[in-house]
Amino acid sequence: MNFQLTKEQEFVRKMVRSFAETECEPIAADIDKEHRFPVETVEKMARYGMLGIPFPKEYGGAGGDHISYAITVEELSRICASTGVICSAHTSLCCWPIFNYGTEEQKQKYLPDLLSGKKLGAFGLTEPGAGTDASGQQTKAVEDGDFYVLNGSKVFITNGGYADVFVVMAMTDKSQGTRGITAFIVEKGDEGFSIGKTEDKLGICASSTTELIFENCRIPKDRMLGGIGKGFKVAMSTLDGGRIGIASQALGIAQGAFDVTVDYMKARKQFGRSLSKFQALQFEMAEMKTRIEAARLLIYEAADRKDKHLPYSVNAAMAKLFAAETAMYVTTKCVQFHGGYGYTKDYPVERMMRDAKITEIYEGTSEVQKMVIAGSVFGK
Amino acid sequence: MKIIVCAKQVPDTNEIRINPETGTLIRDGVPSILNPDDANALEEALKLKDQYPDTHVTVVTMGPPQAQEMLFECLAMGADEGILLSDRAVGGSDTWATSNAISATIEKIGDYDLIFGGRQAIDGDTAQVGPQIAEKLGLPQVTYVMEFKIDENKKDITVKRQLEDGYEEIKIQTPCMLTCIKELNTPRYMSMAGIFNQDKKITVWNAADIQVDLTTVGLKASPTNVYRSFTPRPKGKGSMVAGDTEAEIATNLIVSLKKKHII
Repeated sequence: MNFQLTKEQEFVRKMVRSFAETECEPIAADIDKEHRFPVETVEKMARYGMLGIPFPKEYGGAGGDHISYAITVEELSRICASTGVICSAHTSLCCWPIFNYGTEEQKQKYLPDLLSGKKLGAFGLTEPGAGTDASGQQTKAVEDGDFYVLNGSKVFITNGGYADVFVVMAMTDKSQGTRGITAFIVEKGDEGFSIGKTEDKLGICASSTTELIFENCRIPKDRMLGGIGKGFKVAMSTLDGGRIGIASQALGIAQGAFDVTVDYMKARKQFGRSLSKFQALQFEMAEMKTRIEAARLLIYEAADRKDKHLPYSVNAAMAKLFAAETAMYVTTKCVQFHGGYGYTKDYPVERMMRDAKITEIYEGTSEVQKMVIAGSVFGK
Repeated sequence: MKIIVCAKQVPDTNEIRINPETGTLIRDGVPSILNPDDANALEEALKLKDQYPDTHVTVVTMGPPQAQEMLFECLAMGADEGILLSDRAVGGSDTWATSNAISATIEKIGDYDLIFGGRQAIDGDTAQVGPQIAEKLGLPQVTYVMEFKIDENKKDITVKRQLEDGYEEIKIQTPCMLTCIKELNTPRYMSMAGIFNQDKKITVWNAADIQVDLTTVGLKASPTNVYRSFTPRPKGKGSMVAGDTEAEIATNLIVSLKKKHII
């Protein structure tokens, strides 16, 4: 067992921290307020290889590992959780299923542009009536010669308004239940495919969350991903990896709120001394730091298992459950420690608290994580 | 084109604290960074490499084995090769002895067109090593470079050299040595591909490798002696001498100076 980061992982942290503090920090509050997707930051992330970290160089990736990827999402989210999820959804939910389930032709066609960040990726599973119960897919794909014709809609799709490539689930045979679901690669501009409503959210306001609409959208058969009826497996295994990304986002939010609160507590004086001198508050900070570190270890272990091709779904579920709850716990306390200032937009902790909430919901709610974890204890 | 960049690993002065009793820097736990001006020097070399991909950039440094970390960072930014001169024999060198060691290292590398260095390091602030290297290698030099242009013949260079109240425009030819300031460019970040590049080439040389005259390097060969280092006492707040007329202000000033027995 080795708890030391490698030299490369240390440098990834150094690089992304410096990137986030220089590129993301000055605009984080503004893009949140304006609900503006930070196109310029995404371009820079692409230039520095941050959108293709855990993939081999032969497809245009950086040749890195999943712990480095987790560190990247964590460090971005420490400053701006919206930027963190752009990276996470692109990498885990679009690049990974194509890399893992794609044919060689599909990989050659899509990965170089995705991993270099020339194109952005998204993932479409959730529907108005199929959230936690993802098996209730209503979007249909009907065979027609060399094509499948898609009809239906997807909701809450991260990166929706700015993505070029989408991995989308649709029902090809309803009688087969989850074995009747198939994954397809949909491209922006495909006839019959359009972007619907953009959600107005509580947090991660600078990320793009939209509806996807399919009206007789004809997708060539060679864009089926992972084989007919394999869509549920593609989706579930993709979400296992996605949870490492979202857990890292939650961890970054918690760490970011913690760090600014430490600084605030040293500077803020009440009753003639700094907040940092009050033992009751110190103990609360000790509790927070312990939870943050515990979340970090769960995440890095899940990522390490993924790199070593060991089973990691339960680890990823525990990491996401614990990191998301830690993010809510820490940010709520951090707002409290800032007092009235913490409730204003002059300090970043209120944004962090709003951003934290989604990590308990998307890519599997905390309740879904508990189902996965309990399933490993008692059997499904 | 073959470019050499001289760089130094320095303590991050943003993080530095002074021991109030001894007046010396507390270096324990202080992170080391690539000296900021040297990052500008490297960036200019990498820009040339972007423009002319056959350019080879070698970063040269002198220091303890840990300085390899800094070379790793330079390679992750895009340099091709890093050379660390590390030997107890060169430890404690002042600027004169350092420039002897570095110029011997550069002579050992041999083939180069251009040497970039930072103006000065944030730990010593002398700005001497760059010019001394140029002198010892017999190269023309321009310091405080704020703008750099090279002709397509890769030989004729035009630079702007910053002065306190303006700039000089200077034409110079390769081979030459230029010391860079932060106005020259904005250094890039490391790239992910750079960090995970497995072919990173870092070579560690000792004094014997560069065949330097051992009487010209190290603490004993250094003519500089540090007499004392101290933190200047912070001055108290100034006070404004007020009054309605000039004569009254002058009188008030005299009164306050007399009160303090200054006059």
